Amino acid sequence: MSMVIPFGPQHPVLPEPIQLRLSLQEERVTSALPVLGYIHRGLEKLAEEKDFQQDAYLVERVCGICSFIHSMCYCQGIEELMDLKVPPRAQYLRVVWSELHRMHSHLLATGLLADAFGFENLFMQLWRTREHVMDAMEYTTGARIMLGSCCIGGVRKDINEEQKKFVLDKLNTVEKDLKVLLPVLLEDYSVKKRLVGIGMLDQLTARERGAVGPTARGSGLAMDHRMTGYCAYGELGFEPVVENGCDSYARTQVRAGELLQSIDLVRRALDRLPDSELKVPFKGNPPAGEVVIRAEQPRGEVFYFLKSSGKDKLDRLRVRTPTFANLSPLLAMLTGCTLPDVAVIILSVDPCVSCTER
Amino acid sequence: MTKATAKSPWVVHFNCNSCNGCDIEFLACLTPMYDAERFGVVHVGNPKHADVLVVTGSVNHRNRRVLKNVYDQMPSPKVVVALGVCGATGGIFADCYNVLGGADQVIPVDVLVPGCPPRPEAILDGILKGVEILARKKIDTEVVPPEKTIKIVRPEPKPEPADESAKAVS
Amino acid sequence: MMTVNEVITIDNMIEKIASLLPRHYRFVTMTAVDVDTHFDLYYHFDLDYELTTLLLKLDKGAKLPSISGICPPALVVENEIQDLFGIVVSGLNLDYRDHFLLATDAPARPFCRVPGVSVSIVETEKTGGEK
Repeated sequence: MSMVIPFGPQHPVLPEPIQLRLSLQEERVTSALPVLGYIHRGLEKLAEEKDFQQDAYLVERVCGICSFIHSMCYCQGIEELMDLKVPPRAQYLRVVWSELHRMHSHLLATGLLADAFGFENLFMQLWRTREHVMDAMEYTTGARIMLGSCCIGGVRKDINEEQKKFVLDKLNTVEKDLKVLLPVLLEDYSVKKRLVGIGMLDQLTARERGAVGPTARGSGLAMDHRMTGYCAYGELGFEPVVENGCDSYARTQVRAGELLQSIDLVRRALDRLPDSELKVPFKGNPPAGEVVIRAEQPRGEVFYFLKSSGKDKLDRLRVRTPTFANLSPLLAMLTGCTLPDVAVIILSVDPCVSCTER
Repeated sequence: MTKATAKSPWVVHFNCNSCNGCDIEFLACLTPMYDAERFGVVHVGNPKHADVLVVTGSVNHRNRRVLKNVYDQMPSPKVVVALGVCGATGGIFADCYNVLGGADQVIPVDVLVPGCPPRPEAILDGILKGVEILARKKIDTEVVPPEKTIKIVRPEPKPEPADESAKAVS
Repeated sequence: MMTVNEVITIDNMIEKIASLLPRHYRFVTMTAVDVDTHFDLYYHFDLDYELTTLLLKLDKGAKLPSISGICPPALVVENEIQDLFGIVVSGLNLDYRDHFLLATDAPARPFCRVPGVSVSIVETEKTGGEK
């Protein structure tokens, strides 16, 4: 017997509305059809109507989870257009906040994944650990989610000695918590039963379908935009975390590895924080031209296309967010899986629908 | 009945057009640091079980029917808590072409929690405020849907018909 | 700064793109820009963190051949461009017919700057009576 089940838009495991029309043959999904548009606002058009400096705060609201990296990526684009050289201290501070964002995002994603397979205790514990990261962000910038600390030419806020000590203390707490939680996530028998071999995406398909971020790295593709050494990543030394399992478990392993790696990166960045001013002044509007800028978000590579005609408003701003690229691999994974695994597979790619639709 | 409901309000969350900021702050309310459960707040997935509807974000053309549907499925009495400035007016996105405005364009809103995003403490406060209102509402409270007009923009007919061979999916 | 590696035309675009894919180029995305006289369509591909961009200048009113047959991830972005710019994409694997992101009563083709087309008829509807 075949039937079509609408999965979403309001569904207990989905924090955001997206609908997947699942065609089922008994318990097996034969095809999945995404229905988007529940969060489409029209941000790209709004960015053309606002001033290019206001856009730095507008793009922060593309997504509330990786907000800082969105505004950082946009600022890098405008800096490239205007040929601004960002001071080294600002570069290091950008790394610190990016990595704090990555940590909170990965803790959030693994927590939601745990909730999807019914391990509510683990969800609660991971989110409790996440609050330490949120505290670190709040202590350094004054906000938990929308940091607003990145601006064109540098950063708006500094981290002083006292804040540095606070962040390092919080990192120690997070590391201690993770030492207890990660073995449960990665070695528990029943967790493994729900993750290993579920949502297979082999390396060839991942490449063909254009997968990015932990989805690609879980399938053995060593692809991380931080390798290009933007900001201060080049000086900090960086190697992507890659797993070859090609399943939901491998993607979770990648996130767990990146959590520990991020702690390390923040520590190193804070340790080597150079002394310089925080931002360079600039005059006038960005000159005419087109620029493409990419950065690595918790979910993968984000792509910004900016076109300026020398006015104070941009001609075109285009955002391609990681979940948009991961949509096609997700559909490939869903084909052939069983209905109870659908929620786990969706959350294993860590979808961010508000990014996707903007 | 009202006393019991006020001591343990069941909350359903619907993300309308939010950027996720308010959503994750709402979820953070449920976790051990803020622990909404100490006030008896339970997060449920089914609107038919819920007393409080938490809406994040503004309303757009596609999700306004879904929001209305979720609201209509909830049993009376019920209250609506709108989180963030987007839920109130549309916030930074108010000028977007696909944004109609706050949640009050479609359903009656009882509590607005300001902020972009609001802090978890403020969200908890807003939900408890909503529960106070809930306790005062009678079971047979008549819910009057807002008589607001929504601007509907219809395109002019397309100059050329779509390709016949293409499969239509909608 | 973005460099355009090659300008392609409607006639040779499929074979140009098909020649990139076996060399492990990863499809990144497409960008459409309305430049009043025509549409600029950029096809972005990535190989080892190097971006390769192909530019297609498309006349207004012309149909865009879909590359979703040879490059499946292009399907979503082509549907999006069809929605937002009103460019008719022919040969899509899965055609949402202008309602991929936008609902039926939403403003159509918001990014298209053709005079007379982006102007829309405004009606009002009461929400109260709606079921």
